[in-house]
Amino acid sequence: MEKYRISNLKYLEAESIHILREVVAEFENPVMLYSVGKDSSVMVRLAQKAFHPGKLPFPLLHVDTTRKFPEMYEFRDNFVKEIGADLKVYTNLEAINNNINPYDSGTVKCCSQLKTQALLNALEEGNYDAAFGGGRRDEEKSRAKERVYSFRDEHGQWDPQNQRPELWNLYNSRINRDKGENIRVFPLSNWTELDIWHYIKLENIPMNPLYYAAEREIVRRNGLLIPYYKDKVPLKPGEKIEKIMCRFRTLGCIDCTAAIESSATTIDEIIQEMMLVRKSERITRVIDHDQDSSMEQKKKEGYF
Amino acid sequence: MAETNVQELLHQTQEADLLRFTTAGSVDDGKSTMIGRLIYDSKGIYEDQLESVIQASKNLNRDDVDLALLLDGLRSEREQGITIDVAYRYFSTPKRRFIIADTPGHVQYTRNMVTGASTANLAVVLIDAKNGVLTQSKRHGFIASLLGIPHIVVAVNKMDLVGYDKAVFNKIRKTYSEFAAKLNITDLAYIPMSALKGDNVVNKSENMPWYKGVALLNHLENVYIGSDRNLIDFRFPVQCVNRPNQGFRGYCGQVVSGVIRVGSEIMVLPSGKKSRVKRIATYDGDLEYVFPPQSVTLCLEDEIDITRGDMIVHPRNLPKLEREFESMLVWMSDEPLRLNKQYLIKNSTNVVRARISELFYRVDPDDLHRENAETLQLNEIGRVVVDLFKAVPYDEYRKNRATGGFIIIDPMTNATLGAGMIIDRSRYRASVGNNQKKIVSKHISRKSGEVTDTDRQRLLAQKPVTIWLTGLSGSGKSTIGYGIEKRLVDDGHACYVLDGDNVRHGLNRDLGFSPKDRKENIRRIAEVARLFNESGLIVVTSFISPYRADRESARNIIGETRFFEIHIDAPVEICEERDPKGLYKKARAGEIPEFTGVSAPYESPETPSLQIATDKLDVRESVDAVIAMLKEKGILNE
Repeated sequence: MEKYRISNLKYLEAESIHILREVVAEFENPVMLYSVGKDSSVMVRLAQKAFHPGKLPFPLLHVDTTRKFPEMYEFRDNFVKEIGADLKVYTNLEAINNNINPYDSGTVKCCSQLKTQALLNALEEGNYDAAFGGGRRDEEKSRAKERVYSFRDEHGQWDPQNQRPELWNLYNSRINRDKGENIRVFPLSNWTELDIWHYIKLENIPMNPLYYAAEREIVRRNGLLIPYYKDKVPLKPGEKIEKIMCRFRTLGCIDCTAAIESSATTIDEIIQEMMLVRKSERITRVIDHDQDSSMEQKKKEGYF
Repeated sequence: MAETNVQELLHQTQEADLLRFTTAGSVDDGKSTMIGRLIYDSKGIYEDQLESVIQASKNLNRDDVDLALLLDGLRSEREQGITIDVAYRYFSTPKRRFIIADTPGHVQYTRNMVTGASTANLAVVLIDAKNGVLTQSKRHGFIASLLGIPHIVVAVNKMDLVGYDKAVFNKIRKTYSEFAAKLNITDLAYIPMSALKGDNVVNKSENMPWYKGVALLNHLENVYIGSDRNLIDFRFPVQCVNRPNQGFRGYCGQVVSGVIRVGSEIMVLPSGKKSRVKRIATYDGDLEYVFPPQSVTLCLEDEIDITRGDMIVHPRNLPKLEREFESMLVWMSDEPLRLNKQYLIKNSTNVVRARISELFYRVDPDDLHRENAETLQLNEIGRVVVDLFKAVPYDEYRKNRATGGFIIIDPMTNATLGAGMIIDRSRYRASVGNNQKKIVSKHISRKSGEVTDTDRQRLLAQKPVTIWLTGLSGSGKSTIGYGIEKRLVDDGHACYVLDGDNVRHGLNRDLGFSPKDRKENIRRIAEVARLFNESGLIVVTSFISPYRADRESARNIIGETRFFEIHIDAPVEICEERDPKGLYKKARAGEIPEFTGVSAPYESPETPSLQIATDKLDVRESVDAVIAMLKEKGILNE
């Protein structure tokens, strides 16, 4: 029997590939959200596997808030060039022109305009009927309730109390395209953070240097280690810049992504750290804590 | 040191297999606490997630930290203190990794339980030791078996509240086992537990030395699931065709069952064209053979026209390819099932138009009774015939979950309305808890015309039911039966009595009085009563029908709502004294073998609709009592 066994990572891989292929076969115009982070990188690799030896049969979409780490832009452009993908970048210019930012507008409004609204605009502009996202159910409690195919109405809204039942691997891809309905697809639904790192190691997937520990300039704000970038992160009175050995568990906007103290400079050390860590990765995302049930609320409004 | 740990962990990850399980329990029987403990004790909860639970418990003025809050992901769930939707949880131990489909146990959320069960290898059914086996516990077991889950663990929780009493556990085990015997479950285990105190969840309890088995986690880690996969019947539903350039043409899909090798002969359905496997292509290099659940791209020797929805199989092991099948159907929509309305069916990679042409019966999941029904409402389960607009390849669900399951979609609203499990048609009307013979030609299918049961009822202005009289010979069944008939006909109702005289001499003249023949006798009578009921008649049956199981089977055939069991009760001495046909005399003389009450047993009904003591009531009073009961039940008008 031994020769008919595969590891659980290969099981997850096979499941994800099945999902990717179902979407490409059943939708007219899918797109894959690419956020430059580790989950996106794994998702892109799975897509390469699903359609090998062909190219990715859909474009990548980066919703750019313009507030990402400089290292992310550099990594993104090299990565896309290397794999020959078609990258679309969308920014909510109207919001940028209205000077929406986390300091003057607050994180809730900033996020709603630069991420959620930008995403909705981008999906509408591209006339996409399905959008892959790298969300995982182990990330956050409302995401634990998310379907693999998450139906969204014409405003991109999620109705958690009224989700389509999802049985076996039979996904209901029917939508009213003319009305602007679409499906958000989560091929990594059943992956955990540790799975992602195991897979990155096994597959030798290139990773952004921000994930590795280095001495970085940091300001302490509300108990979080916020990275300091000159001209990008304004200092509040009394705050001082420190140099701390740290890394990022997740990547987002500079202003809202906290670092963790770490000395892990290799993937093996990161995995080792993951084994011991007692806090979830979303703790480093300021936006998840800015209101009660914030992730659920954001998802209802159209967030991934 | 770090290096070794990571290598070791990676190795474990490679080796560990995956168990997907679902949990079902009623409100307050400690399901969330159990899951919380499994995850927390295996370090699957992060500190900040726990912090937010502590905070939420405070916000909701709960006295204790409520681990259930960790699981209830939606705001309305936390506020109402109930679980609404399926949630998926992840944890792992060095031996295995686990995906839990945590499903709510409320009656109205059957659809979520079915959803969670569809991908599970194992189900944990929780029973509160204080409450014993509730109807919901049975429902959970039934759904698990309906969805083909091979392993079930009955976790008898809250043992601490019954003093860790072995007798309580044993009683629950006995009751549940009797019920489960009617289900198709291959592996059933019982574990006494206190999730709150931690007994037998992760660690073996010291409070129950009488329990020799293992703790739940240990069971989950070791239950053998290797044989759950079907490695025999090769099925490869084609998802899409990959043709990036002139030199490559491959068919993408996931092997859902069976094994195939390079060089193997294959057949493509529905076309029936044959070829051989030339390459099994993957990003990580070509493979020599593949097995479930690998996702690969198959290249063939010959250029055959293959599209999405086709299935690649082995030519000597074929699935069914037909335009019609029978199935158990779980209805999941507020909008009831409409017979003959056009729906869409998704099965494997096919989406086809279809109608539900017939509904044989509805199953009451609490006691497995079959009931006549004209539709299925939300959360109801029934047996149906699905009429497809084109033939699709499929297997019986019991043999192949991947090719035997389907969903129903509303082509107008696009909602997912229900889910079905295909049944082999030759097992026509084989249902749980039913002992009928299962031989029906595959060429016979039930057809119904345009006249509905409702039309017939309107025509005859009555509700057709079967009044099933049971009792000893000489108890007065026939006299009372004909009395009921006379009264009903006088009142303008269409009624007919079936008794030994008009059945044993014709329809059943080939049958004797052995338990086997008595059983067949009752089965035929029940089928006739059902036909008469369907034609609109009220039926009175007058047979000794001494065995409880046979009467139970008659109830299943006729349908719970139409079946009224009436015990015509008189002491055997009085019956023997009456002896209208001189049968007791003959039996005592040994001339009649297996005579009920003398040389064969009579099993009294446990909960009859009515009991009539004929040593106390005369015929008119007995008939009055039956008529009053029918009025009370709303069968006859006041």
